[in-house]
Amino acid sequence: MGESFLARLNRGLARARAGLGERLANLLQGHPAVDDEFFDDLEELLIQSDLGMNLSATLVDELRAYAKKERRASGEEITRRLESRLTELLDGQSHALQLAPQGVSVILLAGVNGSGKTTTAGKLAWRFTQAGRRVIMCAADTFRAAAIDQLVIWGERVGAQVVHHQEGADPAAVVFDAVSAALARKADVLIVDTAGRLHTKSNLMQELAKVTRVIGKGIPGAPHETLLVVDATTGMNGLEQARIFQEATGVTGLVLTKLDGTARGGIVVTISHSLHIPVKLIGVGEQVDDLQDFDAGAFVSAILRPH
Amino acid sequence: MFESLTEKLQQAFQKLRGKGKLTAADVDVALREVRLALLEADVNYKVVRDFVARIREQAVGEEVMQSLTPAQQVIKIVHTELIHLLGDRPVTLSFAPNPPTIILLAGLQGSGKTTTAAKLAKLYKQRGHSPLLVAADVYRPAARKQLQILGDQIGVAVYTEEGQDAPGITARAVGEARRSGHDLVIVDTAGRLHVDEELMAELERMKNAVHPHAILLVVDAMTGQDAVNLATAFHDRVGVAGIILTKLDSDARGGAALSLRAVTGRPVMFVGTGEKLDGLEPFYPDRMASRLLGMGDILTLIDRAQARVSAEKAAEMERKLRQAQLTLDDFLDQLEQVRSMGPLGDILSMLPGMNKLGLKNLEVDERSLAHVEAIVRSMTREERQNPAIIDASRRRRIARGSGTSVQDVNRLLKQYEETRKLLRQFAAKGARGRGFKLPF
Ligand SMILES: Nc1nc2c(ncn2[C@@H]2O[C@H](COP(=O)(O)OP(=O)(O)OP(=O)(O)O)[C@@H](O)[C@H]2O)c(=O)[nH]1
Ligand SMILES: [Mg+2]
Repeated sequence: MGESFLARLNRGLARARAGLGERLANLLQGHPAVDDEFFDDLEELLIQSDLGMNLSATLVDELRAYAKKERRASGEEITRRLESRLTELLDGQSHALQLAPQGVSVILLAGVNGSGKTTTAGKLAWRFTQAGRRVIMCAADTFRAAAIDQLVIWGERVGAQVVHHQEGADPAAVVFDAVSAALARKADVLIVDTAGRLHTKSNLMQELAKVTRVIGKGIPGAPHETLLVVDATTGMNGLEQARIFQEATGVTGLVLTKLDGTARGGIVVTISHSLHIPVKLIGVGEQVDDLQDFDAGAFVSAILRPH
Repeated sequence: MFESLTEKLQQAFQKLRGKGKLTAADVDVALREVRLALLEADVNYKVVRDFVARIREQAVGEEVMQSLTPAQQVIKIVHTELIHLLGDRPVTLSFAPNPPTIILLAGLQGSGKTTTAAKLAKLYKQRGHSPLLVAADVYRPAARKQLQILGDQIGVAVYTEEGQDAPGITARAVGEARRSGHDLVIVDTAGRLHVDEELMAELERMKNAVHPHAILLVVDAMTGQDAVNLATAFHDRVGVAGIILTKLDSDARGGAALSLRAVTGRPVMFVGTGEKLDGLEPFYPDRMASRLLGMGDILTLIDRAQARVSAEKAAEMERKLRQAQLTLDDFLDQLEQVRSMGPLGDILSMLPGMNKLGLKNLEVDERSLAHVEAIVRSMTREERQNPAIIDASRRRRIARGSGTSVQDVNRLLKQYEETRKLLRQFAAKGARGRGFKLPF
């Protein structure tokens, strides 16, 4: 009984993967029938992109109501309407990185374990060094084994200095030194890589809050950006992550990493619109230049018109 | 956050009270809640759909419809079916008749392979095996060094080589294991996307180079709908023997577990529950089913309490309690023991019925616990041993140091004093006869 169920499911999944985009495309082309199946497909597409049950259902209900009112609305029209709704949800605030008008700009990277903070720190540093800026990185992950070495290697790769202490040192102390170094050496940008931490560990969240305070004491107005790094595969838990990180440090933007996989990262739509945190950057690979500015329109069509 | 499914179903059926018999449509209303709960837990959309259809077949049967407690009946069916789908019984690694047994860990970037490799090594070392760790993540900066450091921490040998020839490194590591009599080889591989043809081909070459006895897929418990895609891709390409679900100490419901098992048909074997190297536990389908449904997981809690609090420490504490010698250091110690079992919210959510209290309260508690910790940590050793010396100026200093207020410090000291008084009364009684147990 279990086997046949699994076998059936597998066939279904294979079909779904191959067919969902296609089916939608078919529905959009020529087929005038905007029926229940069409809306179910839309909802499925949204849920499978990790937008979450609630938001997906709300959006699709809106569309159903719209279709009822505008009886002649085609599938294409409805899809475009959904596209613009999603873009709207993502587009509340500016996606540009906020930098200091003068002096050192501080960018703090935070997030759960393995989300891509250190890699993002390296890629970001590359972006600034390429633009001729003087960049210092701070190895505030003093907890994970070899995290410091990892950042030091990135520093060499992208031409940025790295301020670090020993493994096990107090992260606030490293950050304090990095801030002093950035001021003394007249750096343009200070990028702080922090240890991965689950939002459920309140002591670690307090440690992060402390790091943020130390930065603010050294440079008034800093950090100018506190970026929460979120893996595109993240499910419903992402919202709670963002909520708690925001409480602890006042997150100013999201970095959505690993979009080069098959996950669509729809959780950021939910995060963006319920917590008002804009997505600022996306990670699309492991190389120095695999970091891009976020473009809501392109992001939304990647969800709705998969290939 | 999420209400438990139990409560939701209870509510769904409550509405039907007084209607007499249940109809199939009534059951569908309830099943919608089941569907929601599973989707909120990140179980894959398609897996949910098929699962719910299967439940429906049973739930519309006479037994449920005629039952006086249809909600309970449906929950029971769902729970049983979930356990069944998750694999019924725990499955663990089997060792090869001719050592060494070779295990390869694979998975996406950042899923937790390196830490898991070290945890596995530690676990099997404790069980009397002689593991060799192999650093075959040749791409991520400092990945080899990370494994080396972890190996040193747990006293397990680590095989490393420079260069990018992961299959070659793995093959030579196995040779080394044979020569030096290791009976278990655990290979840490680079994180790779399942759509990265080049790296998937490398994984295949590693497989062909050493013919591992098991390739274990390491997956982050916070993974959403994509879990099925990655699992299918890895399984189709190299064949997965089992799954390790990491970061289960997050508050993710872990629906990926169900999706993974459903698409690969392979069991989840272990779950990772912390950054420390002893944070690896066997996977229990029944407990996971309860977690997915938000029904509490008291069994895991008991296990953890037993695993984390050493008998020695418990005895020492009991002695102190009896003699009413509790210092603030002990106070902190107790606090840490409770906290080492996981975040407070997490611990409490494992208790059935806890959801009713609402998560807001839990957060407050967690924070005041953290306050207590900060305050005690800001005291000098002397002050902790002998709180009587803490005068007004010391209180001010402690409040400043811990980022709390003098009132907070006062409150804590008062609580401590009351606890001690209570203990003294207890101790007097205890001396006459029965001992008393620690709070957990
Ligand atoms: N494919 C892909 N891989 C990425 C991307 N960003 C990061 N990674 C990889 O993900 C893995 C983890 O990245 P790290 O930067 O070490 O993550 P982290 O958040 O610093 O991890 P911890 O410090 O251990 O919490 C590494 O193997 C990175 O190369 C991305 O956009 N795409
Ligand atoms: Mg890192």
